[in-house]
Amino acid sequence: MLRFQTRKVIVVLLVLLFGCGFALPNLFSPETRKAIETGAPSWIPRILLPIHAVVLGLDLQGGSHVLLEIDRADLVRSQVTQLRDDVRRILRDERISFQGGIGMTARGVSVRVPEAADRAKLLPKLRELSQPVGTLGAFGPSGNNTIDIVEQPDGLIQLSVSEGGANERVRRAVEQAMEVLRRRVDALGTTEPNIQRQGLDRILVQVPGLQDPQRLKDILGQTAKLQFRMVAESQAGDVDMLPSNDAGGQPVPVERRVIVEGADLIDAQPAFDSRTSQPIVNFRFNIRGAQRFGQATTENLGRPLAIVLDNRVISSPVIQSPITGGSGQISGNFTVESVNNLAILLRAGALPAKMTIVEERTVGPGLGADSIQAGKLATLIATVLVIIYMIGTYGVFGLIASIALLVHVCLIFGLMSVLGATMTLPGIAGIVLTIGTAVDSNVLIYERMREESHQGRSLVSALEAGFQRAFATIIDSNVTMLIAALALFALGSGPVRGFAVVFILGILTTVITAVTLTRMLIALWYRWARPKALPF
Amino acid sequence: MRLLRIVPDGTTFKIVRFRRFSYPFSAAYSLLVLALFLTVGLNFGIDFRGGTLIEMQSKAGKPEIASVRQAANGLGFGEAEVQEFGSGGEISMRFALQPGGEVAQQQVVVKARDAFSSTYDFRRVETVGPRVSGELVQAGTLGVVLAIVGVLIYLWFRFEMPLAIGAILGTLHDIVLTMGFFLITQLEFNLTSIAAILTIVGYSLNETVVVFDRTRELLRRYKTMPVADLLDLSVNSTLSRTAITSTTTVLALIALVLFGGSAIEGFALVMLFGVVVCTYSAMFISTPVLLYMDVRSTAAREDALEKATASGKAKA
Repeated sequence: MLRFQTRKVIVVLLVLLFGCGFALPNLFSPETRKAIETGAPSWIPRILLPIHAVVLGLDLQGGSHVLLEIDRADLVRSQVTQLRDDVRRILRDERISFQGGIGMTARGVSVRVPEAADRAKLLPKLRELSQPVGTLGAFGPSGNNTIDIVEQPDGLIQLSVSEGGANERVRRAVEQAMEVLRRRVDALGTTEPNIQRQGLDRILVQVPGLQDPQRLKDILGQTAKLQFRMVAESQAGDVDMLPSNDAGGQPVPVERRVIVEGADLIDAQPAFDSRTSQPIVNFRFNIRGAQRFGQATTENLGRPLAIVLDNRVISSPVIQSPITGGSGQISGNFTVESVNNLAILLRAGALPAKMTIVEERTVGPGLGADSIQAGKLATLIATVLVIIYMIGTYGVFGLIASIALLVHVCLIFGLMSVLGATMTLPGIAGIVLTIGTAVDSNVLIYERMREESHQGRSLVSALEAGFQRAFATIIDSNVTMLIAALALFALGSGPVRGFAVVFILGILTTVITAVTLTRMLIALWYRWARPKALPF
Repeated sequence: MRLLRIVPDGTTFKIVRFRRFSYPFSAAYSLLVLALFLTVGLNFGIDFRGGTLIEMQSKAGKPEIASVRQAANGLGFGEAEVQEFGSGGEISMRFALQPGGEVAQQQVVVKARDAFSSTYDFRRVETVGPRVSGELVQAGTLGVVLAIVGVLIYLWFRFEMPLAIGAILGTLHDIVLTMGFFLITQLEFNLTSIAAILTIVGYSLNETVVVFDRTRELLRRYKTMPVADLLDLSVNSTLSRTAITSTTTVLALIALVLFGGSAIEGFALVMLFGVVVCTYSAMFISTPVLLYMDVRSTAAREDALEKATASGKAKA
């Protein structure tokens, strides 16, 4: 072992140098890194530039982590309503007589058609409503359909939204919602928000360094479904009783027919009313919306219009004159902040279904900075303590172990930078912990050398045997640690996963430094000092 | 220069005989843990219990904990757990899960902000709804179980079955004792605690594997030595390494407890306790377990098997 090929030495040194070199950008400020990136000639691959630093988790840089869940029941309900309308249309178009109306349940609709001939005519039409679930893959359609159709012998036909059909709907709604949420968060002007799907029905929004986390939640949590409808003249007929911001909170009867929807808006801006100097939102319709709105306001002069946001009447102005220009304003009991939010929401569009915040974690920037400070101090002190102890125990060999330890810490940072891994507060704890455990490989080797030398082996042979015999133990003990760390990585989320990453990388780098670097340094020492016995 | 040496050369402790004390002690402690678990219970954090946690720092002067407590209880979300912590006059408030599903939890934050944001900086706000907390419990339990099963499989392949069983028993022992630490200190049990427990699982196995590696080696070298003597020899010959590694780990963790900041203190304390327990159990729990199993014959069988395959290869 004490003879190293020069080629091997160079390879090992290069790998370690590169690994540690990747840690270097962490010492630069973000501005410096940016400057290097833009200033470097384009023929250098980006990966080689010193611009990749460890990403700080939200718990260290401050920010908000909000997990939203889409309302599955809400989506299924709207699917069932759609299904009822479709069935009614088909029955009417085909002139099929049925008994007792169309029944509705939480999951589907049913209709009783007594005549077998009618049923034979109806069923193919109904089957057209159902689509295969999922995209067509290499294996063709999965065989499941969005709607299950069951025909009972007594003439009852039941249509229900299948599990797959509901999932499909949820999946599409989540995709739409992610787009909407992205537009909303972007409107807040924050840097590098992260929006990702989690599981089937959840979206994780992470926004670093936010000054007002409450505002973020206000903007994320609202469906923002805007509708223009007429206030009904009586409570009979197709009328919804909706809660209102006006009229002392009394419910207002509103016609079910929607004139124009938020989807037809092309712009919305906060402003002040020139007469009352109240905060308002100015909006503009697209051509279709402008036409419909113009027609409705012409037909209903003098009647109150209901502006409905998320099934709540926010104001009900009386139509004074036809509005044909395609623009208008929304007033209500607004504050400056709430019109700003409303304008953002209207521009970004409505969520396809109600979303609820199921988890929130917000860390202020002060706490993050304090944590980093404390983490640095703990790392430094741990390193110094371990180095003192190792040198006190093993002398020169302790020094070698300490060098390996420093390289190990650099390698962790280097690898994390290149991989773009996130450093979290538990991750810092992981670094400090590995500083304590990383020297274990060295200790195993050294103690083995000592034993072998006590058994009367010559120095060279003891050194050899130390490495050889300890190797199996190092592998066994580290693999068991690795399994525990991988379980943590697989199931942990956020900060805990950050810890797992550090732990896994730490196990890899300590094995690598122990069997390459330590070995080489000891060989070097042997050549240089020509010792007769172990130095400890 | 005279160098440090915790364990003198040629130490011969009668380790396995110590099981007369270590077994009853660990058994009694485990019973205590069980009793505490059933009576007092773990102090679950909001990760697993759901609810709201707010940490805030006074903008000027010392925080008035009494008035904060009164105001927090007056918000109408039940009794809040209000505590002072850290050195910078920080206050933590914990509200239980509110009835009324996911939406109700958000109201707590809104009202608390209204009540305190003029005089306090909000340093941390966490809200976990009932659904998420349930899933976190599942994921945490699954993680620990998965890790143990994974390690058991690895050990079974690498070592003889009795050694694998000994190592796992030691690990379970360490988990139980660590839970005891949570129960006695009433330290908050949260996601980071699961991370700590899994790390302790890793460390515990690490300690045991180092001893058992030696046991395996000695079993092949000394075919006739009584198992008790052989186990003593395994522990004694790795004792120096065990002492040194435990010391460096403890040193690093002490640095973390003292300087790592209040947010990480709990984790560091648990790890500190865990490292001590793991070192103890590798020597006094997992190793003596092997006395009750037929280590010798399984080792001989595997030996014979290896030879057979080796000679088979040689012939071919």
